[in-house]
Amino acid sequence: MKKLSLNALNRFFGEIAEKQTLIAPIERAGQVDFGVWSESETVRLDVLKTVKSAKGAFFPQVEDMVRFHMQGKNIEINPSEVMNEDFVIFGVRACDARSFDLLDRVFLSDPVDPFYAARRAHGTVVTLACNEPEETCFCSNFGIDAAEPAGDVSAWIVGEELYLRANTEKGETLIKDLEDAAEDAAEETKKAIRAVTEQLPFASLNLEGFDGEHLMEKFNDPAWAELSRACLGCGTCTFVCPTCQCYDVRDFDSGNGIQRYRCWDSCMFSDFTLMAHGTNRPTQVERFRQRFMHKLVYFPSNNDGLYSCVGCGRCLSKCPQGLNIVKVIKALGGDK
Amino acid sequence: MSVNQEWTPNIVAFCCNWCSYAGADLAGSGRMNYPANVKIIRIPCSCRLNPLFVLRAFQRGADGVILCGCHPGDCHYSTGNYYARRRMTMLFSMLDYLGIERGRTRVEWVSAAEGAKFAATMNDFVKTITDLGENKKLEDLRCKK
Amino acid sequence: MQEMIKERVLTLINEGAADRVLAWETGEFFYDRTPKFFDKNNVNDLKYDSFCGANVTKYLIAEMPKEGKTIVLVKPCDSYSLNQLCTEHRVNREKVYALGVGCRGKIDVEKLRTMGIKGITAITEEGDTLTVSTLYGEKKVARKDALLDKCLCCKGKEHKGVDEVIGDSEETSVGDKFEMVAKLEAMTPDERFEFWRGELSKCIRCNACRNVCPACSCIKCVFDNPKSGVDNKAAADDFEENMFHIIRAYHVAGRCTDCGECSRVCPQGIPLHLLNRKMIKDINELYGDYQAGAEIGQRHPLTDYTLSDDEPSVVHERGGANA
Repeated sequence: MKKLSLNALNRFFGEIAEKQTLIAPIERAGQVDFGVWSESETVRLDVLKTVKSAKGAFFPQVEDMVRFHMQGKNIEINPSEVMNEDFVIFGVRACDARSFDLLDRVFLSDPVDPFYAARRAHGTVVTLACNEPEETCFCSNFGIDAAEPAGDVSAWIVGEELYLRANTEKGETLIKDLEDAAEDAAEETKKAIRAVTEQLPFASLNLEGFDGEHLMEKFNDPAWAELSRACLGCGTCTFVCPTCQCYDVRDFDSGNGIQRYRCWDSCMFSDFTLMAHGTNRPTQVERFRQRFMHKLVYFPSNNDGLYSCVGCGRCLSKCPQGLNIVKVIKALGGDK
Repeated sequence: MSVNQEWTPNIVAFCCNWCSYAGADLAGSGRMNYPANVKIIRIPCSCRLNPLFVLRAFQRGADGVILCGCHPGDCHYSTGNYYARRRMTMLFSMLDYLGIERGRTRVEWVSAAEGAKFAATMNDFVKTITDLGENKKLEDLRCKK
Repeated sequence: MQEMIKERVLTLINEGAADRVLAWETGEFFYDRTPKFFDKNNVNDLKYDSFCGANVTKYLIAEMPKEGKTIVLVKPCDSYSLNQLCTEHRVNREKVYALGVGCRGKIDVEKLRTMGIKGITAITEEGDTLTVSTLYGEKKVARKDALLDKCLCCKGKEHKGVDEVIGDSEETSVGDKFEMVAKLEAMTPDERFEFWRGELSKCIRCNACRNVCPACSCIKCVFDNPKSGVDNKAAADDFEENMFHIIRAYHVAGRCTDCGECSRVCPQGIPLHLLNRKMIKDINELYGDYQAGAEIGQRHPLTDYTLSDDEPSVVHERGGANA
């Protein structure tokens, strides 16, 4: 275990930023999101949830893939380079850290996604325990311990000190120059976090029945129609979600060529997976069902029972009309 | 588009079919000079100009966009330019509100008989845009690669 | 008030004056409200309180092909949206029973969170003070500090064109609604540009503003239409961020009632209403005072003209020193 005074944090950030890009929760125009750190930025470690999750560091919302440049009858093809510089992402919470494992299962399984793989290889993840969990948090349902976040380095804020523990070699390198501290320095904080987590309103949801065996039963449940009725069909839940990983590949005609890029897509949109014959999810009921079936049924049945929700609670606080995954779990799960 | 070359502005002029396009023709047949970097796009009426066209012109590399139509009261369709007038006022105001330079957009009424006015308007507009410099605030870098 | 509303709704349904009611239900938390249609069997779950900020009128569009009449609960500000939807023939007024409900401003939980209040478990209202209970203790907040932004520019306590009103309303405005617009107008173009880049660069293109907007009722939006050349699912470039918001504000210019839903739903806290309000301010100044949705059947300023309208160059002349 290493330690660092919170007062010295900016200096530590400066040292990291000298060698590599540092991404941290930064306040810009009143909102806190992960962004590239510089000395003039305000880091907000007190804010539990950035608006968007940390997934953007490895799977950005928009990513160029290839550019076709036309000159006369010649077409030049320039593939975009994959990430080739090291970077650090600081202040990732336990839920977002778990989301990286879920994204790995999608992007690092065959065929491996080169853009994602390069970012994963070059990124060092520093996580931070959640001192004050929110009422919208429910990560404990998915076996996540907010007091013991994963990542290359785990960190705890105790009073005016930051305690850091390296979990991997990458992490070891990052914090090797910091002052040593007692191994159990964060134990009290961990206990306090766990005590709050147990009291959270959704600390134990009944997820019974969300598995491959009950797929058709869940799929055909009449409750979807009423659950989705107020859904606006916006992509807020999808875009703030740490585990949503659908993307669309699009071509932009620049007048002198084509820029091919990929961008996050949302199953809530009417043109999601649109084909020549139309769409197989014609109304919001099917689109809404798709999102939650994917997270709670399809993904776990293909991934050893691992749910594709980490309980970060962003959709709970951000849905304009108060719809969310907890509502779905309660309406269709074991407590139905 | 190479940066080393001396920069000249790209101007898009939307001209209504009945007055201003004919005015441009007259300027041409009268051998009046106006810069070659004014690209004319003919539209049926000034009120055909969807505000999206203006934005798309900027996206694709225009440095200034001008709309020319019949004089108010002379619209081939009676009232089209009255609607265009309000729409463009609101659009220009919106662009201004976002901090885009005011001089980059303009509306000018040019009749079919005003070849000289067309040439003079374009000369003046090109000068304004040249003074303003390259459009940086409303550019799409992908179109400049 | 909630009980009075339920009672009245039930009476109306039993009398055969309507078949269903569009209102709010409570969600997973004491503060989240979801728009919902109730019939006489479940009307008891209807919720109306200080958290019902959402404007539900847009949901009526989908109800129009159905048989029967729908009661819709409208706050004073929502009544403007309803009138505007009727003006545009998106809602048939004859199939709607507009029940005005009293409002004294709605609470924005997101605002409490921005104040640093975490783990909110209950809120009790006593006059002008809110007591917020959290997992980490209790906090007192002035009610006016926790109101939705749209309530700070309240359109007044009068319901426009409703069939009946239950409960009293309070005007909750603080100051002039155009204050911030005027402040932006007074900046230099570069300062304005910087302000809007800061705000619009946060946009994640979730389309919540568009989808919630009662004025955005196109069946196929230009931004979803591959034939438009501007359809996209993400702003791949600064230009596209600007374009989306310019076009959206422009498409609703003259039709926007300033209901403030766009800013309420924006997950990134972008003050989108400032774009719409600029259009409203311009219309008022150039073409005479106009309030969209004040009554059914108005002709909106951008489908109208006068022979003596200002030339577009008026934009260059206004704004004085910062021209």
